[in-house]
Order: sequence, then C-alpha cells, then structure tokens
Amino acid sequence: MASKIQYQYQEGGLVASEPNKYVEANLKSDELVVNLGPQHPSTHGVLRLEVLTDNEIIKDVIPHIGYLHRCFEKHAEALPYNQIIPYVDRMDYVAAINNEHAYALGVEKMLGISEQIPKRVEYIRVLVAELNRLASHFVAVGTYAMDIGAFTPFFWMMRDREHIQRLLEWVSGARMLYNYIWIGGLFYDLPIGFEDRCTEFVKYLKPKLKELETLVTDNKIFINRTANVGVLPLDLAINYGVTGPMLRASGLKFDLRKVDAYSVYPEIDFNIPIGSGQMGTTGDCWDRTFVRVREIHESVSIIEQCLVKLQNEHKRTRDFDPQEIVPKKIRPKAQDLYIRAENPKGELGFYFRADGRSDMPFRCKARSCCFSNLSVIADISRGSMIADLIAILGSIDIVLGEVDR
Amino acid sequence: MAEFDTNQIVELIKSTFGEAAVIDVVEASNPTVVEIAIDQSLSIFEFLHKDERLYFDMLSCITGIDNGPEVGTMEVIYNLYSIPFEQSVAIKLKVFREQPEVPSLVSIWRAADWMERETYDLFGINFKDHPDLRRILLPADWEGYPLRKDYKHQDKYRGMTVAHEDLLNKEDQPEGRE
Repeated sequence: MASKIQYQYQEGGLVASEPNKYVEANLKSDELVVNLGPQHPSTHGVLRLEVLTDNEIIKDVIPHIGYLHRCFEKHAEALPYNQIIPYVDRMDYVAAINNEHAYALGVEKMLGISEQIPKRVEYIRVLVAELNRLASHFVAVGTYAMDIGAFTPFFWMMRDREHIQRLLEWVSGARMLYNYIWIGGLFYDLPIGFEDRCTEFVKYLKPKLKELETLVTDNKIFINRTANVGVLPLDLAINYGVTGPMLRASGLKFDLRKVDAYSVYPEIDFNIPIGSGQMGTTGDCWDRTFVRVREIHESVSIIEQCLVKLQNEHKRTRDFDPQEIVPKKIRPKAQDLYIRAENPKGELGFYFRADGRSDMPFRCKARSCCFSNLSVIADISRGSMIADLIAILGSIDIVLGEVDR
Repeated sequence: MAEFDTNQIVELIKSTFGEAAVIDVVEASNPTVVEIAIDQSLSIFEFLHKDERLYFDMLSCITGIDNGPEVGTMEVIYNLYSIPFEQSVAIKLKVFREQPEVPSLVSIWRAADWMERETYDLFGINFKDHPDLRRILLPADWEGYPLRKDYKHQDKYRGMTVAHEDLLNKEDQPEGRE
C-alpha cells in the first residue's frame, strides 16, 4: 500500500490549488513577482510569500498560508475535552504549555471549578508556562539573529533552550509536546529536586542574558539592520488585532497577564516592557526584539518568585495530589465562552460552545495570535527592500503550526 | 475598571437604532452575547467602534458556528474588546444555511480581513463587500466547507485518496464517544 504513488502530476496543478494574486499579464513594466518559500528557512516553516517588487522595492506582499492546516477545529468537535489537549500542544509547538494553560483555563471556567484549583497547581502551571515562554523567546531571538546574518546567537539560544527542554522533559516526559496541564490539575507533581535544579538553571542563565544583550540588541550591525525597519504604528496594530510583544513594541502597555489577571499572575510582581523607539522609530523591528529580550528578564523574575512560593507557602506535601479535582466526566452546561491568555506571541483565544449534552465541544474555535500578527505584514513591508522583508518576517515571530492550525 | 456593562451597551444600541436592532441577549455566556439584526449590523458595528462611550477598538475573534441542517441556521460571532475601558462583548449574527451572507467589517477593523476569509473558507459564509474573499487555509480547488456539520469530504484530491487508509474500509466517520 505504501509504495503506491498517490499524487498525480498535472500541468498547472499547483497554480490551480494556490493561485497567485498577481498574474504576469497584468503587471506594469518594472514590476516582478518574486516567490519566497514555502520551503525556505527564513520563512520559519511552510509559508509562501508572493512578493510584488519594483526593482528592489516591495510593492505588495501576499502571504499564502495553509500548508500546515491540520483541521484542529474539526478534530476538536469529535473529541472529549481532555483529549483535545494534545492537539492544542501542536498549535504553537514551541510554547506548548502556554497553549495548554489557556485551554485548561477555559474549560475550567466552563465547568465552574476555576476557584477550586489548588494554589500549588497554579504556581506550578505558571512556573512551567514561564519556562516555556523563555524557550519560545529564545527561539524567536535566536532564529531572528540568524535570519539577518548572525550565526552565534542561534547556537547560544539553542544551548540555553536545551536546559529548559530537559527540565520540562523531567517534569512531563516529553521534550516539546507535553500534555502536562490537565483540566482541573496537572499530569503529575513536580519531580523531587526540581525546584533546586530550576534555581540552579536561573543562576546559570542570568549572566548569559547579559551576553545576549551585548551580542544582539546592542550590536551595531543588528541595530543597523533592524532600526527603522518595518515600523508598525500603534493604531494600525490595534486595528489589525495584533497582540503580544508586537503590540507592546508599538508602545502600548497591554499584557493579558495583567489585564485579565488570570491564574496567580496578580500575586506575582513583574513589569511590562514596551518599545519606545530607542534606536529609531517606535514599533520597528529592533523594538520588537528588544521587548522580547526584556520579557525574558521578566519571565526569569516570575520563575524565581514561583520557586520561592513553591518551596515555602505551597510546599510539596505527602498527601498533595495534583489530580485531586480533575473531573472524571467533563460535561459543561450549555454556554458560550471566550477565553484568552497571553502566549509568548500574543493573545491566544478559544471560543467554546458547549451544548450541555455531550462531553465534546459543539464548537471549539482557536483564535491564533500568529495568524492575526502575520496579516499585518503587507502593510508594514510596503516600500522597503527585499532584504528587509526577511528582517520584518522574522521580527513578527510566527509559528506556522499556529497560523494554519 | 469597566465604566459600563453589557446592559448599557444593549441600551445604547436600542436607543440609537431602535428596539428591533437587538434580537436577543444571552446572559449565560461569557462574555455576554448580543444578537443584533443583520440589516442594521454594519452601522451598529461602526457605532460600537466609533462611539466614545464604547470605543471597541479591537476585534479579537470571529467565530463561525453551524447549527446543523435540522436547525437550519448558522451564526457568526464577533468578539470585540475595548482597550481603554477594558470591556469585552460578543456580537452575534444569525443567518440561514441556504446562501448565508453577512456584511464584511474590513472597512472598520482590518483584522476582519483574514478572519472573514477563514470563516468563508471553512463555513462558506459569504462576506458582502469583502475586498479579497478567497480561500485561505484550504487549497483554492478544495470542494465543500469542512466545518459544516453535514460536511462529507471528497474522495480524491489530485489523485490522492483523502480518507486515511485505516478509515477506508469503515462505512462512515468514527463513532462519536459520548
């Protein structure tokens, strides 16, 4: 069966399945359509950009997405709530725990058990979510530096991310797709000795972050490549539904961890870094990277505070069971609910409709932050050079798994 | 911190557009879902966006819902958020499954562009006056709208069997687990 050739090549088949918006016959003189991707490392996955150029200047960018569409929403309609979690992992696969956290918050709210979740469970959730946020920002900054020509930061970031992955592997058994946060609890308590190992990691990481700043954000070449490039004004960002570090880089102090104050974030002290145009204009590519680097520092501080709480007030006890209130049967009352949470890349939302009669959602819509953030690319790259397009695309920090779902 | 609640939004819409503009208010949902009349919807959305007392500057999410062939309706739900007032609301439009059509909001929120394309792609709901209504996630020559409840996928796509090999011999989709 497997040796059977399935795909039938047809002349013009690709054109029929994903036609370009700009047809050669309608182009003006000097105009040229350049195709970028889908198989190109700088597109961070399988994204195809149809670029209309006039010499070196970009006139329009048409993203073609959907190469990684896996029908998450259709699958979700045929699965019980708890079995959807592994699918949620695979949306933004570099920040899987953050996805799980948002999803679990939503279902718990529908069941009305949000208040009963033990504090220790919530602190562990925030701890692992922030570790995952670090990993996601490491990938974002590392690959971004590589996109615009610096190779070292990528290795350094991957080296530090490896520590996080090993920590999370110790916690959950998986390196990237964890299925660790369950509805109403956790898969398992933290392993014994985790808090100490994590404290050690934070101690190791702090000087490395200083190195990162010297190497990337304070680097003259990096500043020249990114300052004043791809400027996203605040009003345009809001109008496009752009969220996360991109919105904050445009100068708005807007973080759902503060605004919605979900989980135990209100008990934790942290700042919201915003872009202010230090090296050029507010909302340029440098600001976006700068905000991510500052957020790494904030996440480290959140992790430290969680570790203190987990070693003192909410210490591990012999009778603590993280699955104590995990419901045996998840059947929410008939209702609609929209939940959103701050992912490393922006606002991840879920729109649920429960019909009250089944264990499966009637509808589960995922509002993807990368999807909305990517939609702004045409507006911020018009008029820049082709080389800058790579810089702009990298600064948006997309994961195609979440764009396409 | 919110300076108004959903009741006030409903009152404002009613006083500006008449009692008939608001069809239903679903309090049991979170945030409250307000169903509005489709013929006035575009001006109501403009009002929600522009009015200084409301200022819903962000369109967070557009959700399409198919209620199935028995009920015969589809819904489009818009999650709006007002950043200065920290207030959210969901607006619902209800259409019949035959030739579903709602006005496009791209002229108000450009975020609607891709979200409406996605809803069109997966539900076949037509967004009137959308500048560029093409399929976005699926290939342009895909048949049918997958998120409709009565969707049956095509057998072959460019010579490839669409169903997974394990499912080929079974008569229908896997049984739903209750």
